[in-house]
Parts: sequence; structure tokens; C-alpha cells
Amino acid sequence: MFGAGGGTVSYNEIHETDLVVLWGSNAREAHPIFFHHLMKGLDNGAKMFCVDPRRTSSARFADSWLGLNVGTDIALANAVGNHIIANDLQNTDFIAHSTSGFEAYAASVRQYTPEHVAEISGVPASAIIELAETYASAEKAQILWTLGITEHHNGVDNVLSLCNLALLTGHIGRWGSGLVPLRGQNNVQGGGDMGALPNKLPGFADITDPEARARFSATWGVDVPPNPGIHLTLMFEAMAAGTMKAIYCIGENPADSEADVAHARAALENTELLVVQDIFMTKTAELADVVLPASVAWAESDGTVTSSERRVQRVRAAVPPPGEARHDYEIFADLANRMGVDWGNPTPEELWDELRSLSPLHKGMSWERLETEGGLQWPCPSIDHPGSPFLHGWLWADDLGGRDPAPFSVVEHAGPHEQLTDEFPIRLTTGRSLDSYNTGVQSGSIESPIRYGDALDVNPADATDLGVVDGEVVKVSSPRGSVEMAVRIQPDIPSGLAFTTFHFPELVDVNMITSDAWDKRSGTAEFKAAAIRVDKLSNDQSSSQLSNQPEKVVS
Amino acid sequence: MSDIFIGPDRATDAERSAVDAVVNAASGPAVVIHSERLIESGQARRSERRHLLLPALHALQHAAGWISPGGINHVADVLQVPPAEAFGVAGFYDMFSTEQPDEVGGVLHICVDAACQISGAAEAIEAAKAAGRRVHTSPCLGQCEAPVGQFLQGLNSPDRVPSMDESSPLPLPQLGDGVSELKLLRRVGVVDPISFASYVAAGGYSALARAFELGAEAVVDEVATSGLMGRGGAAFPTGIKWRGVAGESGQKHVVVNADESEPGTFKDRVLIEYDPFSVIEAATIAGFAVGASKGWIYIRGEYPVATARLVSAIEQARENGFLSDGANEASRFPSSFTFDLEVRRGAGAYICGEETALFNSLEGFRGEPRQKPPFPTTHGLFSQPTVINNPETLVNVLDIVTEGGDAYAAIGTDGSNGTKLFCVSGNVSNPGVVEVPFGATLGDVLAIAGGVEGELATVLLGGAAGSFVGPDSLDMPLTFEATRAAGASLGSGVVMAFNTEVEMGPVVTRIAEFFRNESCGQCVPCRVGTTRQHELLTISGSGSSRSGSPDGKAKLQLLDDMDRAMKDASICGLGHTASTAVRSAIDLGLVEL
Repeated sequence: MFGAGGGTVSYNEIHETDLVVLWGSNAREAHPIFFHHLMKGLDNGAKMFCVDPRRTSSARFADSWLGLNVGTDIALANAVGNHIIANDLQNTDFIAHSTSGFEAYAASVRQYTPEHVAEISGVPASAIIELAETYASAEKAQILWTLGITEHHNGVDNVLSLCNLALLTGHIGRWGSGLVPLRGQNNVQGGGDMGALPNKLPGFADITDPEARARFSATWGVDVPPNPGIHLTLMFEAMAAGTMKAIYCIGENPADSEADVAHARAALENTELLVVQDIFMTKTAELADVVLPASVAWAESDGTVTSSERRVQRVRAAVPPPGEARHDYEIFADLANRMGVDWGNPTPEELWDELRSLSPLHKGMSWERLETEGGLQWPCPSIDHPGSPFLHGWLWADDLGGRDPAPFSVVEHAGPHEQLTDEFPIRLTTGRSLDSYNTGVQSGSIESPIRYGDALDVNPADATDLGVVDGEVVKVSSPRGSVEMAVRIQPDIPSGLAFTTFHFPELVDVNMITSDAWDKRSGTAEFKAAAIRVDKLSNDQSSSQLSNQPEKVVS
Repeated sequence: MSDIFIGPDRATDAERSAVDAVVNAASGPAVVIHSERLIESGQARRSERRHLLLPALHALQHAAGWISPGGINHVADVLQVPPAEAFGVAGFYDMFSTEQPDEVGGVLHICVDAACQISGAAEAIEAAKAAGRRVHTSPCLGQCEAPVGQFLQGLNSPDRVPSMDESSPLPLPQLGDGVSELKLLRRVGVVDPISFASYVAAGGYSALARAFELGAEAVVDEVATSGLMGRGGAAFPTGIKWRGVAGESGQKHVVVNADESEPGTFKDRVLIEYDPFSVIEAATIAGFAVGASKGWIYIRGEYPVATARLVSAIEQARENGFLSDGANEASRFPSSFTFDLEVRRGAGAYICGEETALFNSLEGFRGEPRQKPPFPTTHGLFSQPTVINNPETLVNVLDIVTEGGDAYAAIGTDGSNGTKLFCVSGNVSNPGVVEVPFGATLGDVLAIAGGVEGELATVLLGGAAGSFVGPDSLDMPLTFEATRAAGASLGSGVVMAFNTEVEMGPVVTRIAEFFRNESCGQCVPCRVGTTRQHELLTISGSGSSRSGSPDGKAKLQLLDDMDRAMKDASICGLGHTASTAVRSAIDLGLVEL
């Protein structure tokens, strides 16, 4: 809704904010470094609400934890908006000057009263009201989210429902206030910035814009195709349908990480050529026709990474890559040469300078400045520009400078795509734990004293109903398949909800059962809401599998 | 702030209810489960409750006789303190046992410091052990006037001082002698310490009324004019301290430092036991003068009688409207003023008498001193502006307010105004608390206490952190300036006499051991220095070091080197003064290395 995709604030703004709303994010475990910034804010007196179906370790740091039903985020956000408007707590001047579509939004949230949404979400109305009043009255407030918001079939609507709240209160475009989608890796932001999106060129230039295409075509010496590509989820559909025949997969392990992974593996096997470029022999690499060993971004590579606060930073090689592993950019250049285009032997700095010539966001970030200034935050359009700690300050300018005001969005509650049924009566949601990263490609080879492997967290009352004990191996089934895994009884998870991590796919193939629904706009699958059933295994099959350290991990 | 992982050990029902009683009497647990979908917790609730850790540990020790892992876990859960941190706090204090005891029943603390050491402490310990008691050899229990000091830490029964079960005589040599004009002690032995009416009848609360008439600024001015200096040992001008806090804004505190632990000191105990309202009234005046609404009295854990009387007096003061948090309908305070007091028990740690260590202890952390600056006037309790004074200092304020700072300043000498309490013990006929105007000599004070029994060998002046002086010092006026000139100090007012019958070697060694035990360990020079000092006094003969036993001269050099390191590089007074008594004993020839 605001154009370029990036967190609107700097990390250190959270040190000075008054209110943190952590929504659908277990940043304590999934973004532990950022969470240290957050804790500084708490130490400085910030209040914190945590909205999450689970009482996560992040939620333990919150003044209030609001345990909503999975997939009711829009209803809850709209209820917050409803209460703010009903009590005239919105920032009327800001709305009039800097936004559009307020009337339609106000009308759309009218039915979402806190009492009504309490029934939908399971969160007491009093808590919704407190969140609304605290957010509206805070001097500085931030809403932070991650995959709990985006990994839904309506993830884009979820994001928009939170953006509405920031527009309603003016918590955007000011120091200390903002909207913060936390990135899952040190350089996810950088990947997007560099055009690793189906419809964007580097610097978020739109591929359908002829003028932008002309610029890139001139520099690259080839005509940039005018058609947007397709995103990951559609790619798998195309592979399955046989219309996408070749895949060049770089630094991604979809054979473990995709939702409904059996479908994903079949799709990969259906291609005529699968090239995998990665740092380890992943599950996906095992399926590949060609494997290109690559250097690790940290310690073996020169270049830049870009963090969630849009800060471009230099990374440097400390050691040469082992064995036959080579730098990604060298592999690309060689590949181009083999295909008959001479890319020469570009250095990281030369590549960077080419980007600066094409992306106005990065234009002012010389290699030297990145070095001496400890990184710079985009947009940084000229060499004398200091970089931008926060975005959208223009919303507060007297003159919007010809830009369109920021639009409210009308979004309606839909709930998870996959409904609970008598056959699959338990809601499953997935997430990460502190000691592991995604499918374990980068973390599995490291031992951790707090690792317990993938287990199914269930509420004690549910465990009693199911007749299972802590550590018991059970059969977990969804409409797509079944896995066997150990039960971990957790008092902090509400009844009716189950949770698991997905770090050890070779032990527990969790994504065999996750939902195949996805958001057509973002291409993101609904990992966060599947319907499952839990069955006891017959006695001789059942044995305790829960242990501190999985015996076998991906490496 | 950190993640909290609770281990599998669980508290017993008794431990659980003891802790819950403490926490529920205050602000309740740190985590409030409203429903399966709404839980309140967080940093604010957690940090607001951290100060309940020490009372909660007291409750555990009292309920179970030790701090069990299950008990720690329950406290950690209720207050959201990491269990390792709670264990670290429990392990800091002498009165908490983190190991399960072999014996059952309460713990009998028996004092082994100087006054008791020379009066049969060792025999008392043997006898108690032979009788099957759970005995803890304790540093000074503040009962030096009636050795051997004993304190019974109850198991599911109130703590008590066995010697005070019977009606023991008042430790006041001057009481009713018809000669002495007592000021600080004038109500001691005269009023009923547990009767508000009795205190008022004896002129109590007239000073507070006068303070309200004068106004806060004028009270601070009078205190500054009086030249009153702190009686805890550091002799810092009270007026400067108060003025500093009065100039700060926001929440402020008055802390009464009744953690009287300097060996040989018992004056504050006597004041509180026999005239608790005076301390309360004076603390209230301090609160009024500096604009603090919250007062705390941190009292030695080994003072059960004083604590009980103080708690009773506070309740009565509150009932009579002389303490009010703003909600007290009986309040007799001006409408703009609120002040209430809370009593907190220490748990056996000499270092907690150091003001910043006391703050940490009260806040629920290990009682380790903080680096200064910042000073308590700006960053005291909970890092807020704080007046911290000991009871004797505060009680002086009553007369300063009623009679004026000038009248007060007229008492005493040029450099030391007012009267001073001395804790006279050891080989004297009539040990106890003595009050004299500044200027009285050491000989005068000893004479008031009935004179020395036998031939005087030495006097320990100022406590373990003070120094030994010889019989030639009897004419020395006990003033700040005269003692300083003589290279000694008044410290906390300890005057402990030893006659020529006493074998001084063990006394000096015990002082060294005291510092070794009581060093908090935070500063390496002090942690290592106090240990090496004790070793120098105890290790003799060959094989004690690689080059054989150092001779006396080398030992003295080592002692001085360590003294200098501790003085230069320790952050608090413990390290600064840990060598002075030992060194003075060597200089006087009381011991040889």
C-alpha cells in the first residue's frame, strides 16, 4: 500500500517507542537479535501487547498476551479499528490530510464490535478495548509482524488490516512509530531489493513500466522481457502441470520447506532439468540433475546484505570457500559466458556500482560510504544523502508533494481456508524454535542444549482427552497425509490448538500435512492453519521419541 | 530481563503457601492468568515485584528451614525471576541455607566476634552442639553488652533472642544516674516502646508538628545549620544529603539504614527496641523535608525484637494518622503530604550496611555495592533519589527541628556537633550504650560504663573497620577531628575494651576472618586481599608458600601491599578499611606476624 516493501522504522526506534504490538510473531525465537532491540525498549518502559494463538516465549515478555483463534487477525484488527472510531480516538487531522478511503473503512469495521469479535477470536472484549485505547493514545507505537500474519491464504489482507490501524492513528512516518514486518534472514530484504521478485527489477522498479525497462535494457545490453514472472507457489503448480520444465534453485530447500511437501517433491521431480546451487547437499539438491556448490554468505563471500531496517551493510570474506564451492556471482558470470554472453569477471564492488546506476534507492551508497558509515538505510538517492532511518515521513509534510494519500483498505474476516471438521477437529499451526533455522540446512549441524526436535505441542486437557502422555509418539493426520511424531504437553497452548516446528524434516515430515491453500497475491502458503487429527498408535508402535537431540539431522 | 526456565523440582505445600502469602500481601504474582486467552505479565510487572524476592526467601527459610530447589522454583515462577538469579541471591546471605540441613528445628546463631569471643563463645557453641542444636557460628549479633550473643532463627516459629525472653536489664549505664543529660536516649527506658500514647505523652510527634510549621525547606536549612553528620561511620553532612534529594523531582525515598552489623555496634538496636517511634517520627520528617512519599526501614535480620516493635509502632502510627499513603482517612498530615513506611529484614550480610549494597539487597538483588557516582541523592533505591540515614542520625533531627539548628550546633566541639552514642563493651563493668556530647574523652566514656575491669590493654575503637588504640589514648576526645588526627576513627561508635588478661592474637585473627567472610567478592582486590590477610595471620611454619614461610618483615610488606591495593581499587568501604584494625594491632604490638 505504501509502494516499496520494507520496514518503515529503524531497529533503534524501538528503544524509544512507547508501545510495541507484536502480532503473529515469535520474535524472541525467530528474530532473537532484533528481540534484543525490543527488550531495550521494554527496559526503557515501553508497554507490549502480543497477539498470537500461542503464548510464545515472546508473549511472556508482553504486558498482555491476547490468544486469538488462528486466522482471526482481520476480525481482531477491525475490532480495534471499530473501538477507536466508535470512541473518536482516531487521528482526524492525519486521516484528512494524508489518507484516503476512511469513510469506506469506517463503514466496513462498524459490524466488528469488540463484543462480536470476542466471539470470533476468543479474545475477551475488554482486552481488545484495552489494546485499542492503548494504541490510539500512545505517543509512539509500532506494530510488528511476521509469518503469523503473512502465512495465510489471505495474508495480504491480514497485513492491510494492520496498516489500517497505523493510518487510523497516525502511527506511521514518525520516529518511533511504524509498521515492521520482520525479515526471516539477514538478507531477505536485500533479495527483494535486488529484484528477486516476479514483478520487480532491482530497486523495486516495476517490470511493466516501459521507462524502467528501457533503463535496465540500456545498461544490460539486452531487452528486458516485459512480462512479470510467477511466484513460487505458482511455479510448483506449473512444474506439476509440466509447463515449467527447468528450475534453477539457488539457496532454497523447497523439497523440505514447502507446504504440502509431497506435492512439492512430485513437482520438482516432474521437471526436465533441476539445477540446485547451495552450500550443503540439501534434500532438494538430492533431487537435482546438476548441483553447483556455492560459498557461504558469511565468512566466505564479499558483498552486501540488507537487514529489515533497509540497512545495506558490507560483508567480507575471511576464508576461501572450501573444495569446489564458488561464489554465487562467479557461477552466474561463468554460466553467462558459457551461454555466449561475456560478463567478464566482475567484482562485488563493480556489481554494486551497476546497481547504484539503476536503483535510485541505492544511488548514494558508494562502497566507501558503506564501509565508513557502518551501512546506510535506503532510500539514499545521492552521495550526500544521509540515508533514511524511517519511511513515509512525507505523510506528515504540509504538502504531500504530488503523491497520492495513503489509502485505507476494506478487508473482511474470512478465517482459515481449511475448516475444522469432525474428522480433523484440531487446528495445527507451525513455527520456529530458537535453536533451529527452517529446515535445518544452516542450523542442523550445530548442537543445542535446548533442542527437543519436532514435537506436537498440545494442551494438557487435550492430551487427557486424547489419552496421550508427554513424549508419546502419535499419528498426526491432515486431509493431505500423516506423520508420526512425539507429543509435548504444553500448558501454554490453548485447548483445540496444536503446534509444531518443522526443523527436522528427515525425522518428522511436518509439511506432509500443512495446508496447500495460499494467497494468490503474495504467493504465500497457509502454513499457519491446517486441520488435523491425532491418533494413538497401537501399543507396540508407540515409544518415546522425545529427546534432547535428534539423532539425525539434515546436513 | 531474560527467559525463564523452571526446572522439575516442585515446592512443598508449606513452601508454596509461605511464598504466596508474602506475594499476595503485596501486589500479587507477576503473571496473572485471566483466562486461557488473556494473560498479563511482562517487564513492568516483573520489575515491580523483584523487591519481594528477599521477603519471599525469608518465608521459604522460615517454612522449611532451608531454601530448597523446589522453593526457589516457586519463587522464580511467582516473581518471574530466573531461578539461577534467585539462587544467587539466596546464596549471598548468611541466614539462608541452600543446603538441606542434617538437624531439624530452628537455627541457633551464636556470635563469635570479639566481645563474645572473649566471653566464652567457643564453649557456648560446643554446649549447644552437644545439646543437638542446629548451630550457626555468626558474626556479631549486636548483643555485645550481654555476651555471648545468641539468636534463634525459628522454623515455623517466631525468631527470637533467648536472652531477651526474661526481663533483662536495660543496657544503659546512665539510666537514672541523675548526672547525665540524655538527648537521643531520653525516652529509652522511660516510654513504653509499644505504646503510641506513651510516646506522645513523652513529647513524641512534637518535632513533626514543628516541621510542618516550618515547612520543608526550612527543615532542610535547620538540619544544614546544625552541622549534623552521619553516625554510620562515614560522617557525611546530613544537610547536604537532604538538600540534594530535596532538589530532585519524581518519586523519592527515605531509607533508614538499620542494618547495624559493624562488630561491637548495638546502639541502633537499643534505640529501636526501646524508642521505635522516634525513628519513625524522624524518618517522617526526612520524608517531609525532601519530598519523599515512600520510606523503608532495612533492619538486620538478626534483630527480631527490634523488628517486632518497629512493625507494631508503624501500625500504631498509621492508625493514629502519622503515616499515610494518601488513602489513610485518619491522616494527620498536611493534605499535600503522604508518607508511609515499610520494614524490610536483612538476611545476614555485613556488606548490606553499605548504602548502595543495601539498595541492591532491598531491590531483590545480591547485596553488592554499586559504583559511585551516581550517588544515592540522585540514583538511590530503585535508581530514584534517596535519603539514606541510620537511626541514630535521624533521631538527632528531632531536637534539631524543635530546638533549632543553631542550638544543636552549640553542643559538642567545633568540628563535631551534638551528642554521640557509644557502644561500650568488652572488659568494662557496666557495658551498654552511652551518650555524651562530642568532646568527652575515651576515658570519660569508659568511666561511664563502670570503668575497665582489670588493667586496660587496648580499646577497639570504631569496630572491626576501626582500629585498636592503646591506654595512652584515654585522654583522646572522641570527636571526628581528634580521632582522625590520631589516625583512628569513630566509625559506628564502638568502644570495646580489652584488659591484659585477653589473648589478643585470636581476636585480631577473627577480625581478619570476619572481613574474609563478609567481602562480597565483587572487587578482586578485596576478595583476594581479605583472604590473604587472614591467611597471613593463620598460616605459619614452613611449606605455606613456594619459598617457604615468609618472615615477619615480608609478611608485613605483603599486608601493606594488599592494604594499598584494597584501598585503591575496592569500590566500597569494606575493602578500604579491611586492614586498619589488623595493622593497628601490629603497630601496637598486640600481635606479631
